Amino acid sequence: MTIFVWIIQLFFVPALSPLCIGIIRKIKAKLQNRQGANVFQPYKDIWKLLHKDEVVSKDASWIFRFTPYIVFAVTIVVGLSIPIFLSRISEFGASDILIIVYTLAIGTFFMALSGMDTGSAFGGFGSSREMTVSALAEGGFIFSLLTMALLAGSTNLFVMSDVTRTITSQSFLPTILAFGGFFIVLLAETSRFPFDNPATHLELTMIHEAMILEYSGKRLALMEWAASNKLLIFIILGVNIFFPFGLVINGGWGMIILSIFYFLVKIFLFCLAIAVLESSMAKFRFFRLPDLLLISFIFNVVAIGLIQWSR
Amino acid sequence: MLEIITSPISFFILLSSFVVGAVGSLFFQNKDKQANIWSSFFSIVGSLWGLVFSISTILTKSNLLFSLNKSFFSLLTLSFHVDLLSSFFIFVISLLALFCSIYGLGYVKHFYKKYNIGVLGFFYNLFIGSLFLVVSASNGIFFLIFWEIMSIASYFLVVYDHNDANNVKAGLLYLVMTYVGTSFIIISFLLLYKYIGSFDFSVIKDNISLVPVFIKNIIFISAFIGFGLKAGIIPLHIWLPAAHPAAPSHVSAMMSGVMIKTGIYMMVRLFLDILQPVPLWWGLVVLIVGSISALLGVLYALTEHDIKRLLAYHSIENIGIILLGLGSALTFYSLNLPALALLGLVAALFHTLNHAIFKALLFLSAGSVINEVHTRNMEEYGGLIKYMPQTALFFLVGSIAISALPPFNGFFSEWLTYQALFQGIAQMHFLTQWIFVLAAGSLVFTGGLALACFVKAFGVTFLARPRSHEVIHAKESVFSMRFGMAALALLALLFGVFSGLVTNLLKIISQSLTIFKNSASAVSVLPSQGMSVENGFSSVSGPFIFGLLVIIIFLVFFIFKKVINNKQKISLTNTWDCGTDLTPRAEITATGFSRSIILVFKGLLRPTIQQNIEYYDDQNRYLPKSRTVILNISNTYNTYFYQPLLKVINKLSIRAKKIQNGNINLYISYIFITLLLVLLVIL
Repeated sequence: MTIFVWIIQLFFVPALSPLCIGIIRKIKAKLQNRQGANVFQPYKDIWKLLHKDEVVSKDASWIFRFTPYIVFAVTIVVGLSIPIFLSRISEFGASDILIIVYTLAIGTFFMALSGMDTGSAFGGFGSSREMTVSALAEGGFIFSLLTMALLAGSTNLFVMSDVTRTITSQSFLPTILAFGGFFIVLLAETSRFPFDNPATHLELTMIHEAMILEYSGKRLALMEWAASNKLLIFIILGVNIFFPFGLVINGGWGMIILSIFYFLVKIFLFCLAIAVLESSMAKFRFFRLPDLLLISFIFNVVAIGLIQWSR
Repeated sequence: MLEIITSPISFFILLSSFVVGAVGSLFFQNKDKQANIWSSFFSIVGSLWGLVFSISTILTKSNLLFSLNKSFFSLLTLSFHVDLLSSFFIFVISLLALFCSIYGLGYVKHFYKKYNIGVLGFFYNLFIGSLFLVVSASNGIFFLIFWEIMSIASYFLVVYDHNDANNVKAGLLYLVMTYVGTSFIIISFLLLYKYIGSFDFSVIKDNISLVPVFIKNIIFISAFIGFGLKAGIIPLHIWLPAAHPAAPSHVSAMMSGVMIKTGIYMMVRLFLDILQPVPLWWGLVVLIVGSISALLGVLYALTEHDIKRLLAYHSIENIGIILLGLGSALTFYSLNLPALALLGLVAALFHTLNHAIFKALLFLSAGSVINEVHTRNMEEYGGLIKYMPQTALFFLVGSIAISALPPFNGFFSEWLTYQALFQGIAQMHFLTQWIFVLAAGSLVFTGGLALACFVKAFGVTFLARPRSHEVIHAKESVFSMRFGMAALALLALLFGVFSGLVTNLLKIISQSLTIFKNSASAVSVLPSQGMSVENGFSSVSGPFIFGLLVIIIFLVFFIFKKVINNKQKISLTNTWDCGTDLTPRAEITATGFSRSIILVFKGLLRPTIQQNIEYYDDQNRYLPKSRTVILNISNTYNTYFYQPLLKVINKLSIRAKKIQNGNINLYISYIFITLLLVLLVIL
């Protein structure tokens, strides 16, 4: 049973993440009065890219060639370490909040390096912007998870999702504030509006796309897939750490299926929120982004102060 | 056998090998090669012996206390005390000295015929020997003598490359600052002597209750300034980014890796051992200074494009992180929470060890690059990964470790530091809690910015196309240099994977301090080599993370490379160039990379921009002939702290000049008057 759960955990994130992207695109299209592509289109895109031949720059080193595997593997490791539909399965050595944050940072580190590796002006600027945003987002990211960890009395994500299932009126306000901070970080780290436009290839605005501009074929597929994995990971963290209703502790199969259903509904609501947000606001100027990230950090500092208050 | 290794004689064997290495290499006047081999051989043998000595002392938990010339004048008893804390620092020093010396064997070659190698060997061995003496001396006066030998030896190493006027200037700044620091240390020792009547550390420790609290506070402030100056805390850091880059790279590695840690050693020794019990605000001050040093250190590092200055600023950052651990240890102990204090101390010591390893690795690989490209300016590097693939790999490992990415060692010591701060946030109240929040916030941002800084350092140095012709002629370093770097890179990984084991040893070392004699620890090591803090508040496992990452990366690589579409064709072409010719000018520069972060923090960094445009026709300003843009970071500390201080000192000196007219008779009368006054006071 436990092994089975781990196998599901291993494949859950990569299997579902393209669908997430598809849903968001579909909702955005509907909001823009377009028909939009099928929600399964991202799967077809990945499949198509995986079977294409590849063009690699002469200037690129092994960093460029190896990065997609690392970036993708990192999202798999993190997807395996976070609570998806079960809470408190067993002690898992990589479920600490700091491990999640810093393991994801491995991916960012290599992706930024690969952006610089080909020596194109776009890649370098993409890396520079990405590192600026992610350096400043780290404060809000760790602190929002820390707020929840302080409420739960543990920094293990499984324990956290288990304890915060029973939310009390005292922890309500800190949770909401921390969630606000976390949501801003989610948008920043997964290159969504107002930080980055995932659909743009305009050199003045792109961040994530600029870094992966030189990739093609299989490696591009991995990069795109890893980016959607990262989005799903953040959404899962958002729903299961801040609103873990419906998670089961160790129930039978019926309970697990029910919790998967709950979970899918929550994810859909999250995608809806992101799509509506993206359709209703413009991208910010780059130098206004730090303000937003600072707000996320301050939200969490206030939340930590409130925990102390209510104790 | 073990008794012999952990005996005083063994300690003197250790010292004598450096003495032989130092003095011997002076005799090889013009024989560069022999001088290099002689000095490196003895420093390698000495550091190997130091490793054996320190490891066996730690494992047998022996406590070595011995003194020479006992019957002599009691104030000047040359006594040594090698307890577990000293052994730990001896271990760190020997570890780095070993690999830096091996590296030096190849590195020093480019000084042949230019400078006297014997002199380098002399000061290098003297420097390492004095480091051992500093961490084992147990008498204040001799401690200061060894401290000065260390400073002077390192001064001569800083100005070794004296054809460059900048190095000489940097050396002078270092010398002046180090004397300022020493004078503060002397003040604190003299105050202790006044109330206790001894310079011996163990006597001072036993009678510390004789010192009133007010005096103790003064001792704290002056010792913190004195040792903090050596450690490079902000705002006393100005000598560090000047002096460390000036020295030969293997010496920079030793200076950044261990010399600045002697300041940390004495802080642990004084604040946690000798001066205990201490008031709460000491710990809070250390925490605040640590937060500021960590955050500002990494911000200044981002603005640098001199690769060694960049690394030197990162030393300031990491000293800040170590101080966060130490500060939380002090705070927790003052609040009677010894278990958490132990956690803080273990974090600080672990980071001391880790920083020594990866900073030495980075300095050594930077040294290899400078050796080939002949400049420290990163803007003239680029594409070196194709010319020096192994050095690039070592630098990459160092970058990953210092950016605290798992599974390398930096992550685990920062993890412990985080845990100490998280516990502070969870368990403290009011002001103390907010200081912990500040410290954790500073550490979080420091981590993110360090990552950005090393993307810049690695990317600009090793990736993309060469930016200067020097790069094209670059060749991989010689074997001894690669060996030194490879060993350190391997250690950076091993100390991460087996962090549980290391933590356990550090716990034993910390528990040997008197104040932690019977206290349990907040950090426990699980049987699976993992670490757990505060009964499962959080836990981490080095081998598990390492295994998981390796397996998953391998699986992903295997599946996508070999299984799916394995007949894929890969064609090599140019980078997309938008229809123009791509030159290295199109690549992002180090300055350009960090520009956006500098602008975000412009309130702190105060960047200045200056544009000079020359026109073909001054009347008709349409066609610019040439443009120059000068970006600069204003030196806040000079403008607002050091310059005003200098002015005050100059004014005072002019006043003091009035009583000095050069007449000998007048001076004799001054002496006479002083004598009379002293006699009057005493009688």
